[in-house]
Amino acid sequence: MHSFWAVFKREFKSYFTTPLAYVFLVIFLFFSGHMTFRQGFFEARQADMRAFFANLPLLFVFMVPATAMRLWAEERKVGSIELLLTLPITVTQAVLGKFFAAWLFLAIALVLTFPMVITVCYLGEPDIGLIITGYLGSLLMAGGFLAIGGFFSAVSKNQVISFVLSVVACAVLVFAGMPTTLNYVSTFLPAGLVSAIENMSFQTHFESVQKGVLEFKDLSYFALLIGGWLAASTIILDERKGC
Amino acid sequence: MISVKELRRSFGPVVAVDGISFDVEKGQVLGLIGPNGAGKTTAMRMLACFLRPDSGTATVCGVDILKNPIGVRRSLGYLAENAPAYNEMTVGGFLNFIYDVRGIEGKKRRQALDRIVPMCSIESVYHQTIETLSKGYKRRVGLAQALIHDPDVLILDEPTDGLDPNQKHEVRRLINKMAKDKCIIISTHILEEVEAVCSRTIIISKGRILVDSTPEKLKEDYQCSLDEVFRKITQTKVA
Repeated sequence: MHSFWAVFKREFKSYFTTPLAYVFLVIFLFFSGHMTFRQGFFEARQADMRAFFANLPLLFVFMVPATAMRLWAEERKVGSIELLLTLPITVTQAVLGKFFAAWLFLAIALVLTFPMVITVCYLGEPDIGLIITGYLGSLLMAGGFLAIGGFFSAVSKNQVISFVLSVVACAVLVFAGMPTTLNYVSTFLPAGLVSAIENMSFQTHFESVQKGVLEFKDLSYFALLIGGWLAASTIILDERKGC
Repeated sequence: MISVKELRRSFGPVVAVDGISFDVEKGQVLGLIGPNGAGKTTAMRMLACFLRPDSGTATVCGVDILKNPIGVRRSLGYLAENAPAYNEMTVGGFLNFIYDVRGIEGKKRRQALDRIVPMCSIESVYHQTIETLSKGYKRRVGLAQALIHDPDVLILDEPTDGLDPNQKHEVRRLINKMAKDKCIIISTHILEEVEAVCSRTIIISKGRILVDSTPEKLKEDYQCSLDEVFRKITQTKVA
């Protein structure tokens, strides 16, 4: 257990010893606010955060892989993976330690969007429950993207390659659930397959959590997604850590 | 304390280590020497449970590298080639991370730090980030990392590569000092180093053991310097 915490602590601190964390936070906060107000936050004349949450998937598609790409690719490039995995740490502990450290970092980024909440509360009387589930859905989505990004970071030594691959993978999972995509595929695919695609996508599950509906199928979707990609990273690292 | 049986590993069509076996006892310093690409690093990586062997196995302090890799890593100090470390960390932060991983806490950690930092002479760079260090200091930080928990078995991959003559001398003195109550394997290209620190030497080439002897005995047998012995053995036997 202490090796998990050691990896977690080191990894989390390393975000803040390099400029990475600050660059990320500033850009994330700027765009999350910018997109909300461009979407017509005031014009909607509603005290809720729908405009804010609706844009997060798009922002996360780029921002989360940017946090995840260094997780393993950097270790491989520098060679420190040989140090890490010859210490008494299992690959699983290392994968989990890194994942949770990065997840906590993204959680902090989400917490720092609190001025939005204050704005909404000042302007009207929002449904606090909706805001909380909105944040929960965003956090779960960040975790899902992070697990995908971590996997592609474990696949390649090159951070740019792992970034591009995980952006594509995350984008596919988001856009598969967009109405435009679903309308298009339903012209030639049977209804069963269309709903399979819909259910595999982030968008569908994110939206239903964000609407305040906490269903088992949505939560288990995120849990399976995170668990599955983390398990895949573990296997990949075990197989090819020395290459 | 280390017992290697028929260890074999290949990368695609290239056989890096081709069925090597040997035993090392406490108090021995074994020098693994051989040309580039002979399989020294691969063999050491397998002993440190970083790479899995294709076949064969080994035990370190009685613990099997296949059955209990974590147990092996616990009792082992390993310095990888080029002494990899986390470059953005300070030396102190890095050593504390290793202590965290190895679960050495509180008073024991302070005692270990007081022992290890002067031993590797890294007091002057303790608060510097690792990426700003010279090659020699970096390697000494790596050495400190490997010695932190006072392991019974040490595996050092080219511990003096890139050091200046004074630093080389320091590291050799350090190894000689520890030799009595530990079991140490080092790999090197520098044959004078073998004479200076090793009580036994194994010459490998193309993944096979060619000679298992002591430096003194080799010189006696061939009636020439170790350099010539090395050339004779690796060039004739392989060709």
